Amino acid sequence: MAEEEKKRSKLEISQSPAGLEGPGFFATSLEKAVGLARKNSIWPLPFATSCCGIEFMATAAATYDLGRFGSERLSFSPRQADLLMVMGTISKKMGPVLKHVYEQMAEPRWVLSMGACASSGGIFDTYSVLQGIDRVIPVDVYIPGCPPRPEQVIDGLLQIQRLVETESFRRRDSQEYKDLMNKYGIE
Amino acid sequence: MTTEENIKSLHDTVLAKLKENFSDAIVSSDVEYDFPVFILKREHIYDILKFLKEDAELNFHFLTSMCGLHYPDQKGKEFGVMYQLHNMPKNFRIRIKTFLPGNDLHIPTVTSLWATANWMERQEFDFFGIIFKGHPNLKRILNLDNATFHPMRKEFPLEDGTREDKNDSMFGR
Amino acid sequence: MSETTENINHPVAEEKEYTTLNLGPTHPATHGIFQNVLKLDGEKVMHAESTLGYIHRAFEKIAEHRPYNQITPLTDRLNYCSSPLNNMGWHMTVEKLIKVKLPKRVEYMRVIVMELSRIADHIICNSIIGVDTGALTPYFYVFEWREFIYEIFEEMCGARLTTNIGRVGGFERNWNEKVWQKLDHFAKEFHKCLTEFENLLKRNRIFMDRTIGVGPIAGDRALEYGFTGPNLRAAGVDYDVRVMNPYSSYEDFDFIIPLGTNGDTYDRFMVREQEMWESYSIIKQAMGKIDRKENLFHAEVPEFYLPPKEDVYNKMEALIYHFKIVMGETDVPVGEVYHSIEAGNGELGFYLISDGGRQPYRLHFRRPCFIYYQAYPEMIKGGMLSDAILTMSSMNVIAGELDA
Repeated sequence: MAEEEKKRSKLEISQSPAGLEGPGFFATSLEKAVGLARKNSIWPLPFATSCCGIEFMATAAATYDLGRFGSERLSFSPRQADLLMVMGTISKKMGPVLKHVYEQMAEPRWVLSMGACASSGGIFDTYSVLQGIDRVIPVDVYIPGCPPRPEQVIDGLLQIQRLVETESFRRRDSQEYKDLMNKYGIE
Repeated sequence: MTTEENIKSLHDTVLAKLKENFSDAIVSSDVEYDFPVFILKREHIYDILKFLKEDAELNFHFLTSMCGLHYPDQKGKEFGVMYQLHNMPKNFRIRIKTFLPGNDLHIPTVTSLWATANWMERQEFDFFGIIFKGHPNLKRILNLDNATFHPMRKEFPLEDGTREDKNDSMFGR
Repeated sequence: MSETTENINHPVAEEKEYTTLNLGPTHPATHGIFQNVLKLDGEKVMHAESTLGYIHRAFEKIAEHRPYNQITPLTDRLNYCSSPLNNMGWHMTVEKLIKVKLPKRVEYMRVIVMELSRIADHIICNSIIGVDTGALTPYFYVFEWREFIYEIFEEMCGARLTTNIGRVGGFERNWNEKVWQKLDHFAKEFHKCLTEFENLLKRNRIFMDRTIGVGPIAGDRALEYGFTGPNLRAAGVDYDVRVMNPYSSYEDFDFIIPLGTNGDTYDRFMVREQEMWESYSIIKQAMGKIDRKENLFHAEVPEFYLPPKEDVYNKMEALIYHFKIVMGETDVPVGEVYHSIEAGNGELGFYLISDGGRQPYRLHFRRPCFIYYQAYPEMIKGGMLSDAILTMSSMNVIAGELDA
C-alpha cells in the first residue's frame, strides 16, 4: 500500500545521507545532515528590479511553483534570508544599495544572479548601468537569458541547492573566503 | 477623425491667433505628418503657452509630452525644447519647439501651468542641462545627484567606460 | 517650580515632530524599485518625496545608437508587463514615418496581440492589488491565465515576456495552427476565470473597505498631472487613444470605455477589470474578422521588411533588399513623427526625429508611468501608510517605464 502510494504521488522525500544505521540510531557527519536541511529550506530574498522580477513572479505562481523546492517562503528581510536572488538591471545608483543588502545578510549566504543584466549588464551597455553585479558582490550562480525562463530559474535554484548541500563548514572561515570578501571590501 | 484638412485648418487657426498676439515670436510653422509644428522664440514661450492654454477656442489644457533636443551643428541654437499640447474634447494636437544657444541654456518653466511639467523639466535638465528658470525643485532625477555630465548631449559616449573585456577589432572599429 | 509642573501636565503646543520613514528602494511592498521618503505622524502620511532613477537604463541614449529594427527589443523592456503593446507602438511609429499602409488582416492580428497583452498587464496589476490587501489566492487563480497568454505569445514569436514581436510592416511569420487553437481556448474559457477572480474581490467587504476612498484624485487634477489610461478614466475622464486617434483599425471594433467616478483605488481596480472584459470582447471580434487560412502577415514593403531566407539565397532582388536593410542603406525619410498608442498604463508615445540616417536622430518616449507617478505624494497625503502601498500598486507604476 505504502509503495503504491509512493508511486502515485509525485512527491519525493529527500534521501538521508550515507551513514551508519542500526536499531534506534543513525550516525552520519553533522555537515551532511545540516547540508540536507539547509538545502531544502532555502529562504530567498527576491531583489527584483525589472523584467526578470515578473518572470520570477511566474516562477513563484501556481504553474511553476517554487514551493516544490522548499523556497516558497520569500524572506523580504535580508537578515533572515539565505539566498539573495538579484533579478533585473542594477544601475550604478542601485549598486551601493545592493551591496548594503548583501552586507545585512547573515552567513552563510549565497547569491544568484538572474538574467543578462544582473550578470553582465546585458543589452544595456550604458553609462548608467552596472556591468554585472559581480562588481559589487560575489556571485555563486549565474542564470543567462533575457529574461530566463522559469525552468532556468528553477535550474539555477537547484544549482544553488547543490552548492548548499556540499558546502564545508570550514569554507566561510577559510582564508580564501576572507580574501574574496576583502576583494569586494566587505568585512 | 483628424484628416489632413483638419490638421491644416488647425495649423492656420493657431497661426492666425499667434500672429495676432505674438507676431514677433514666430520663427516658422509647418505641418509634420499629423502635427502642426510651430517654432517660436524662447523669450515669449511662457506667455504663448499660457495663452494657448487659456484661450477659449483653442484651450490646450493637456501637456502630453515635452523633451529636449540637441543639434550640435546648428550654430547659435544648439539646444531645443519641444512641447506637445493636446485639447482633448476637440482633439487638437500641436507641437511647439523653441531653440536655445549652447552658452545660455535658460528657458522659463511651465510648472505653474501644468503640474506634470515638474518631472519632465527635471528629466530634461538631467539629460541636457537645460535650466528651467523658476522651477520649484530643479535637481537631477534619473542620474546620481553628484553626476557631472548631461548624458543625452550628442558628444557624451553611450557605452560604459569601465568595461575591459571589449575588443574593438571585434566590433569593426 | 509651578512653571515646570505646568509644563509637564500641559505641554506647550510646539511644532509636531514627524517620523521619517524611508520606504524603498528595495521595500518588498513597493513591487519594484521605488523610493519614497515619507514623513509620518503616527501612521498618517504627512509628506512624501519620491526618488527615482534606480533602474535608469538610458533607453533614449541607446536608441540614438541603434538601427530602427534593433530598437524593438528596447521597447520590450519599457513596460515589461505588456511588451507586445510597446513593440506594436514602435512599429507603428516607424510605419507612420515611412508612410506604409498595412493590410487589414495584419492590423487585426495586431489588435489581437495588443489586447491579449493588455489583459496580461491588467492581470498583474489587479492581482497585485489583491495581494496588497491580503488576498493572495486570486493572484494564483488569475496568473494561470497570464501564463496561458505567455504560451500564446510563445507560439507566435518564441518568447514569453520580452517578446520582440512583429516587424516594421507586419509580423515576422504567419500564425500557425497551434496559435489559433490556443486563441480559441482562450476565447472560450477565459471568462470563467475572470468571473471567479471578480467574485473573490469585487464585493468582498474587506477588499472594499481597504480600497474605496483610498488614494483618490479628481479628474481635473489628474489632467493637470498628465494622467492617461485607466488611472485617468477611473477619475472620470473618458480619454482613450484607441477612440480619440484610432490606430491599427480600432475604429472597426465595438467596445466601450469604462469610467470611474472617484478616482480612488477601487475605481482604478474596477476600470481595469472592465477593460479586461472589453479587451476580451475585442479579441473575439477580431478573431471573427480574420481569415485563418490566408497567408498574409505583412505589408508589401520590400525596402523595409526583410525577405525570407530562402529567397535571399535564390533571388537577386531579395538579396539586394536584404543587403540594403541589414547594412542600413535604405533611405528613411527625414522628418519628425509622433505616434501614441493606448498602452497598459496610458498614452505611450514615441517622438521620433529622423535625419535620414539608419538610427533615429532623437527618440523620446512618452512614458505614462513617469508622468503620472509624480502625483503620488499628493494622492497619499493624509492617508495611512498601508493605504499608500495600495495606492502605488493600483496606479500600476512599472519601474522599467518609470526610469527608462
